Amino acid sequence: MELKDKLVSSFFAYEGNGLDVHSPIHDICSDAIKKFDKKGFPTKKEEAWKYTSLNAVLKQNYNLYPKGDTGLEFKDVMRYFIHEIDSYKIAFVDGRYSSNLSATSHDGLDVCLMSSALSKPKYRIIIENYFNKVANTEDSLTALNTAFLKEGAFINIPKGKVVDKPIQILHFSTGKEPALMLQPRNLIVVGENAHVQIIERHQSLTDNPVLTNSVTEIFANKQAIVDYYKIQNDKQSASLIDNTYISQKRNSHAFVHTFSLGGNLTRNNLNFYHKDEHLDSTLKGITIIGDKQHVDHHTLVNHAYPNCESHQDYKGIFGDRSTGVFNGKVIVEKEAQKTNAFQQNNNILLDDKATINTKPQLEIFADDVKCSHGCTVGQLDEDALFYLRSRGIPAKEAKALLMYAFANNVLESVKIPEVKARINKLIAKKLGVNLGFEL
Amino acid sequence: MGYTEEELKKELETKEYEYGFYTDIESDTFPVGLNEDIVRAISRKKEEPEWMTEWRVEAFRAWEQMIEPEWANVTYKKPDFQNISYYSAPKKKDKYNSLDEVDPELLETFNKLGISLDEQKKLAGVAIDVVMDSVSVATTFKKTLAEKGIIFCSISEAIKEHPELVKKYIGSVVPQKDNFYAALNSAVFSDGSFCYIPKGVRCPMELSTYFRINEAGTGQFERTLVIADKGSYVSYLEGCTAPMRDENQLHAAVVELIALDDAEIKYSTVQNWFPGGKDGKGGVYNFVTKRGLCETNAKISWTQVETGSAITWKYPSCVLKGDNSVGEFYSIAVTNNYQQADTGTKMIHLGKNTKSTIISKGISAGKSQNSYRGLVQVNSRAENARNFSQCDSLLMGNNCGAHTFPYIEAKNKTAQIEHEATTSKIGEDQIFYCNQRGIDTEKAIALIVNGFSKEVLNKLPMEFAVEAQKLLEISLEGSVG
Repeated sequence: MELKDKLVSSFFAYEGNGLDVHSPIHDICSDAIKKFDKKGFPTKKEEAWKYTSLNAVLKQNYNLYPKGDTGLEFKDVMRYFIHEIDSYKIAFVDGRYSSNLSATSHDGLDVCLMSSALSKPKYRIIIENYFNKVANTEDSLTALNTAFLKEGAFINIPKGKVVDKPIQILHFSTGKEPALMLQPRNLIVVGENAHVQIIERHQSLTDNPVLTNSVTEIFANKQAIVDYYKIQNDKQSASLIDNTYISQKRNSHAFVHTFSLGGNLTRNNLNFYHKDEHLDSTLKGITIIGDKQHVDHHTLVNHAYPNCESHQDYKGIFGDRSTGVFNGKVIVEKEAQKTNAFQQNNNILLDDKATINTKPQLEIFADDVKCSHGCTVGQLDEDALFYLRSRGIPAKEAKALLMYAFANNVLESVKIPEVKARINKLIAKKLGVNLGFEL
Repeated sequence: MGYTEEELKKELETKEYEYGFYTDIESDTFPVGLNEDIVRAISRKKEEPEWMTEWRVEAFRAWEQMIEPEWANVTYKKPDFQNISYYSAPKKKDKYNSLDEVDPELLETFNKLGISLDEQKKLAGVAIDVVMDSVSVATTFKKTLAEKGIIFCSISEAIKEHPELVKKYIGSVVPQKDNFYAALNSAVFSDGSFCYIPKGVRCPMELSTYFRINEAGTGQFERTLVIADKGSYVSYLEGCTAPMRDENQLHAAVVELIALDDAEIKYSTVQNWFPGGKDGKGGVYNFVTKRGLCETNAKISWTQVETGSAITWKYPSCVLKGDNSVGEFYSIAVTNNYQQADTGTKMIHLGKNTKSTIISKGISAGKSQNSYRGLVQVNSRAENARNFSQCDSLLMGNNCGAHTFPYIEAKNKTAQIEHEATTSKIGEDQIFYCNQRGIDTEKAIALIVNGFSKEVLNKLPMEFAVEAQKLLEISLEGSVG
């Protein structure tokens, strides 16, 4: 049975998530499965999926309902956490909440679970106001996630709260099932003047195939600051489709850094929607992959109000037979005068079989704007390599040094030192060098 | 008193399409609709050989299976392909031997357009092939060119007189089944220009084709084939106009360029089809497939100034097949009122050390939408490919849009590709600077737009550059945002 049919029939067989059939959420889920049933998985015929084919990934016979607890200990997976610092933690194992790996809180803020937010009456208003409100309901993968709404992280930061430590969201898959499909759904609401830092990671612990179709909705209210880090360094059997939707209010700042260093197929759909004036959005990413890996960054910044800014900077280094895709879309609507939108995508191809497809796209309907995009594809500078080698630096290190320098712009803006150090280590490991210092 | 923005706007709005007149020439038009019989009838009418007829029919059968593309960033009412007459020729008795025999009214048309064939012949030294309602009516300077061995004639003539060349090259760059409109064109093209430059010959003058749609309810489907043999050079010019009409006219042309080893082709277009009224009524649908093939060390350079057409859908492309070949694309696209343009280029790097340059300038005013859509593709065997792309957009007023869709696909690590794009408006400080020095706003805008487009205008042959500059002014004056 094809995955699509399996998903649709299992939705009707189990009514998806076991929610009360009379709740409004149930209607949203029913509508979503209908939409997914109609549209199906995206194919290469769709413009947005021109360079990324899901065919191979969808062939697996995924288990949709993994069995209970796996008894994972913190020490087994500690290295996947940013464990050097104190943090709130929400951890999921095979799609289920794992209390022994987590450190949640209800003290002045809510760092808890989607399932409890859905079931507890005190969160009803928040769910009604925010759930599925910014996600693109027309998108078939998002609809599929919505239909199977069950678990995920729920973070609610009240007005004026500066969260004292970062929040880590981790999704582990243990490989207990021969093949597993996960669909976490996260909702993050950041109140006026509140400030939060979030680190998200998906990690597979064995080589059994995993497909994750994740949806995260983030709401940044007035003057809120949201700082979000996505660390993608998964096993080569794991594929990830990450759909993130961010809605921003006046004077808010949202930063999303995506580090794509692993995985089989990774697709990041990162969407920013501006709901008021004087706000800014920052999207940055580093992609370093090799082998037959595939990373696709699809970004959208929708400038709908005047006096807003957006900054995009994506760097990619592609080795071996890997494929990179970048599709950055900036829309400046008619009312969005005085918009400043910048987009930059630089790529290095290391090997003959590596491919990069990039499409920095601008759609502009307002005249008093400053919009630019730049895009380059090239290789390491021979002269620079020669310079370093003539000073006694071996070729491998010299190359790594240049690649570090190339990616450094993005790394510089990481605000949590421990995250920066971790990414540095991951990059060094990826490049197979030890430079003896951190940049 | 200065020239106020209001006045400017008014003047711009009331600026009529200068070339909108209808020539009353008796013409020979086919019944509307399209089927295999019509295709065969066109071929018969043109007294074409059997292979050509079959080639057309093959294209038609392919076309029937195809669906109209919808991916372009334009919205329009799709033309009803069964409601178009696929053949319209100015009625002719015999072949003209000299210009004197041409219908005087037709000549008058050209005079109105400022293209007096006679005069142009003497003064400008440009050899022109005039295609009216898809049939070539006059080719000038044929003799002078023949001395050099250059063949410059209508394509129907070429099919009869140089079948070996046509047979070898037609459809070799744009296959019949390439796309919906190319297939349609292949089936029903009624005429067009053919040009062959022999080995090592440098064409002594600019060759030029002039297109005009005259008859109502007809489509124009011309086909141009330019072959530059080894080591030759040719500069080719193409101009277009159409009378003002309420209904939309369809123009689906195919241009194929073949540059053999060491040859160079420079192809310039000034497209000024009727853009539709200021309320967006009428105008020409311009769905054109243009592609050039470069062999070793060859160079193809496309230059286009697009000011007309209600809908433009056009991507002059270069297939850089040979090593060291060069492709260039210089474009100015101006849209005003309700015009929509989706234009750009494709540079396909196949050979080693291939280079391409793309300079695109988009200017949108009124309620128009202007898109750049380009593809730079470097295949895995194209070592040391180099591309530089720059697309700048200028917006005038906040009812128009400027869009950029660059596709970059690199499969070789030695490729060096740069792309940059900017969008801006005419700065108030720039205008103020001019005003301060006694240049009125209208002139200042012309000056700034001219400067904005300079890189492309510079690439046009002299005669065209003047016309293009004038066209820019007509299309844009006073649209200050």
